[in-house]
Amino acid sequence: MLKTLRRVFSYARPYMIYFVLTVVFAAAGISLSLAVPVFIGNAVDLCAGKGRVDFDSLKPLVIKLGIMVAASALFQWLMSLCTNKLAFLTVRNLRADVFAKLQRVPIRYIDRHTKGELSSRVINDIEVISDGLLQGFTQFFTGVITILGTLIFMLTINVRITVVVVLLTPLSFIVASKVTKATHDQYIQQSKLRGRMVGFAEEYAGNQKLVNAFVFGERARNSFSELNNEYGRVGTKATFFSSVTNPSTRFVNGLIYAAVGLMGALGALGSFPFIGAMSVGKLSSFLAYSNQYTKPFNEISGVFAELQNAVASAERVFSVLDEEEISDDSGKEELDKCSGALSFSDVFFSYTKDMKLIEDFRLDVKSGQRIAIVGPTGCGKSTIINLLLRFYDPDSGSISVDGKDIGEYTRDSLRSRFGMVLQETWVFTGTVAENISYGAPDASREQIIEAAKAVHAHGFIKRLPEGYDTVISEDSGLSQGQKQLICIARIMLMDPPMLILDEATSSIDLRTEQRIQRAFVKLMEGRTSFVIAHRLSTIRSSDVILVMKQGNIIEQGSHDELMEMGGFYAELYNSQFAS
Amino acid sequence: MRPLLRFLKNYRKELVFGPFFKLLEAIFELIVPMIMASIIDKGIAAGDTSYIFSRSGLIVLLGVCGLCFALTCQYLAARCAYGFGTELREELYRHINALSFKSIDRIGTSSLVNRLTNDTMTVQNGVNMFIRLAVRAPFLVIGAAVMAVSIDLKLSLVFFAAAPLISAAIFFIMRKTVPMYKKTQQKLDRAALLTRENLEGVRVVRAFSRQQEEIDEFDEAVDELADCSAAVGRISAVLNPFAFMVMNLGIVAILWFGGIRIDSGRLTQGELTAFTNYMTQILLALVVLANLIITFTKAFASANRVSEVFALEEEENGKEVPSADADTMVEFRDVSYAYEGAGDHSIKGLSFAVRMGGMLGLIGGTGSGKSTAAALIPGFYRATSGEVIVGGVNVDHCDQAALRHLIGWVPQKAVLFSGTVRDNMKWRKEDATDEEIIDALKTAQAWDFISRMPDGLNTHITQGGRNLSGGQRQRIAIARALVGKPEILILDDSTSALDYATDLKMRQALKSDMADTTVIMISQRTTSLKDADIIVVLDDGETAGIGTHEELLGSCDIYREIYRSQMNEREGRKDA
Repeated sequence: MLKTLRRVFSYARPYMIYFVLTVVFAAAGISLSLAVPVFIGNAVDLCAGKGRVDFDSLKPLVIKLGIMVAASALFQWLMSLCTNKLAFLTVRNLRADVFAKLQRVPIRYIDRHTKGELSSRVINDIEVISDGLLQGFTQFFTGVITILGTLIFMLTINVRITVVVVLLTPLSFIVASKVTKATHDQYIQQSKLRGRMVGFAEEYAGNQKLVNAFVFGERARNSFSELNNEYGRVGTKATFFSSVTNPSTRFVNGLIYAAVGLMGALGALGSFPFIGAMSVGKLSSFLAYSNQYTKPFNEISGVFAELQNAVASAERVFSVLDEEEISDDSGKEELDKCSGALSFSDVFFSYTKDMKLIEDFRLDVKSGQRIAIVGPTGCGKSTIINLLLRFYDPDSGSISVDGKDIGEYTRDSLRSRFGMVLQETWVFTGTVAENISYGAPDASREQIIEAAKAVHAHGFIKRLPEGYDTVISEDSGLSQGQKQLICIARIMLMDPPMLILDEATSSIDLRTEQRIQRAFVKLMEGRTSFVIAHRLSTIRSSDVILVMKQGNIIEQGSHDELMEMGGFYAELYNSQFAS
Repeated sequence: MRPLLRFLKNYRKELVFGPFFKLLEAIFELIVPMIMASIIDKGIAAGDTSYIFSRSGLIVLLGVCGLCFALTCQYLAARCAYGFGTELREELYRHINALSFKSIDRIGTSSLVNRLTNDTMTVQNGVNMFIRLAVRAPFLVIGAAVMAVSIDLKLSLVFFAAAPLISAAIFFIMRKTVPMYKKTQQKLDRAALLTRENLEGVRVVRAFSRQQEEIDEFDEAVDELADCSAAVGRISAVLNPFAFMVMNLGIVAILWFGGIRIDSGRLTQGELTAFTNYMTQILLALVVLANLIITFTKAFASANRVSEVFALEEEENGKEVPSADADTMVEFRDVSYAYEGAGDHSIKGLSFAVRMGGMLGLIGGTGSGKSTAAALIPGFYRATSGEVIVGGVNVDHCDQAALRHLIGWVPQKAVLFSGTVRDNMKWRKEDATDEEIIDALKTAQAWDFISRMPDGLNTHITQGGRNLSGGQRQRIAIARALVGKPEILILDDSTSALDYATDLKMRQALKSDMADTTVIMISQRTTSLKDADIIVVLDDGETAGIGTHEELLGSCDIYREIYRSQMNEREGRKDA
């Protein structure tokens, strides 16, 4: 825990100055504000009664008090400014670091985690760190100063009553911690129910149209109602118990107040010498202190709970930062020009050690050849692409481009030689034009339109409310097919010597696909290309068709040769026309 | 906000008594300084020890009562808030279930989910805090002021100068910061969006070597976020020190003028102490109030978002019941439809008729209007012009539940729900027997793989059906629509994940098992539609051709083009 804390604060190191200033301003502001009751007490003592007010002493005292108050307010304000600055800048850097880190971790790492989980580390966890650690720290710090300060002031007024106050304060603590414990279980139950209810809402309200279509509303409502009522019942309890804390600690503070009042009054009477002498003014400042003294205790116990959360969050964030990065590319060769000749030799690869996938894979591809890969789901088709683009590295064996192992080139230069369209479409929040020119940010509007026309996307784009300037996103209502067209247009804008099409047209209707095919043929002219397709019609004209099964190539040849063979491929191919 | 108030109706008692008990607690809290003043003025001055003891005891007693009142209030608040929240969600979910598709489109399902959960919970919390604190804080301010007035009217003028000053500061700071908080939240949302998109597109980002640009864009977003948060922080940081200063300067003024009044005998020393005490109490109450305003602003924003859902139109429901054995089961008469906000019609002047037990094929490119046409049949959307007639009745006048009970619908995206296979199969017919379910699964070619699963019909399906392959999901989704033999079956391009052999077997089974069912089939494969009584070719919403397979081959260019492209493949097979 300490290590994690230290590490979070190492992020704050560049802003040490704000940290130091926070401490200085806090100390100054708080001690000034703590001195205020003493002065008030003194002032009260100067107003002993009718005709006995000492104005000569009161006047400078009141002026001093005014100056102190103003100065204290100023310091408190400066302190908040510094804490804010410290927190926001630290958090900013931490976020930027984690995001940048995510660009350097192996794809393997990202594939293994859900996207929601990782993005929640960048956003939510860091937010918790900001609230809990940085702002919590200032709260903790000011709390401690306040407690120490009031203790000192109280001791200077009356040692015995101070001892009583110090002895009574743990009461407040005990009450608070008892309540927290009692509430904890209920809170857990409530958050579980909340999770179930949100899950239900996501599933059913999220598919509301289906629910309507099946006239399922009545039944869905009954299930929801059950969850909702249970949540209401548990929530009432949990909320009530947690809201017991404040009145209870307030009650304990009231007790302390009464005890101080009693002892102070008796002390002022002088009839109980062991309490020590007390003036009315001193009593009123003591009362003020006893109030201030108990308050930070409540705050600090809250801070500890938040601190634990924050440390847990920080550990999650640091686990990303500690992840091993992809190997360094510096000093490697840039792949500038390449003919597109490729070879796989003796490649072994698997995602997990206990599940063998690709074994002893060999393939020679001549420049400009069109390679098609077919086979059932999970046979390793997409893995070949993961290896080619170095998203993953083979366990053994080598893949070379133009006779040189791809590990000897920089990743960026290698990847820039490939144009890639994946089955899983990816559009980001931005205009259509921005999405199309993602790989060629300098493309002119004419070039973008040209690319869109080539893939027959121009028609629907034109019909969008703002044409090419319409902002689109993953869920902005574009159909899967339309998104796929945009992804294809993306590579039309580039001029890559090698192409990878992984189920690139799976969501596009046949007629449009036929038309795009022409654009593809043109694009693939003279380029080495890899095509993975579900619909065998799209790959018939390939130079080489690889038929894969369980990580191995089981058949290899042109369409006609494979049909001749009458093997697995022929079987797959024929099944699509049986009628 | 106003439409939500009716959900508080059943909690009038809590709404009245909750704040009332809080009020009592606050009153007791206000009396304490008075008692302390009397201890000072009477007890100490007169040297009356027993008076001091009894008064101190009274303070403790007041504390005990205060605690009881406060707990009562907290309990009533929790009960009211959660009762309100539960009823609100109940009604909101009922309303959501009654919404027309047009209304659903307007808000979007993910936003509906958010409003049903997060927003109602925020409002619920707002109600809770309202009962607990909204009365207490202003009352403490007013009460302290009243007490001050009762002690010394002239001296209490200091209060009336200080309190409005602080209130004004709170008001101005809130007015400035609330929109800024919203903006900060937007900046945070943007950073979250960038992160999510980056992770989802990680392969594309790296394939296009755009990591640095992505980092730069994110840096810019977090810079803006930091700037925004800092700007809000700068302003809201003023509040506490300012309130502290005004209040304490008020105390300074009280000391000075109080001194004058004590000197002239119109105020006692103890009363002066009480005065300063009230000043502090006002300060604390106002600060709580300021924080409360933030909670309320959030609650109001959420309440408005929930109200927006309530303002959406429910689906119009007619009374007529469509006949299950009309000669013409589905008929379109010159039907056009335009989605809300869309510039162009999705369907223009579509007319056709399908007899009972017949089959209609819909074919056309992406965005040609096929799905829209199918969605008009169960009345999901209402024709902008023209008539859609199902079972002899215009769907506009149909009882929607009766209409949809006739129909089995298979959506494009096969979504299943968490639960067992059996649970999912009972969607169309709640009391379906296992026999009926298995029949449907057999027709949909799904029984094969389900019977082989160790748990059979009890096999658990995870949310969305992610533990099944696309093809399996699709077959179960088809079977789900077949349970109870619907009069009309709509297949919206529902076989795309099936291989050709399975697709064929399923079509044959449909024909023999569901002979009386009228089938509306959307497909991209001409082979799937060959047996249809009537095929409509759609192109950009317009009817490009209508007729049987043979007729269309002769008359419709587009149909011929689609057919040829698929036949070429067949030729290829023959060549080989």
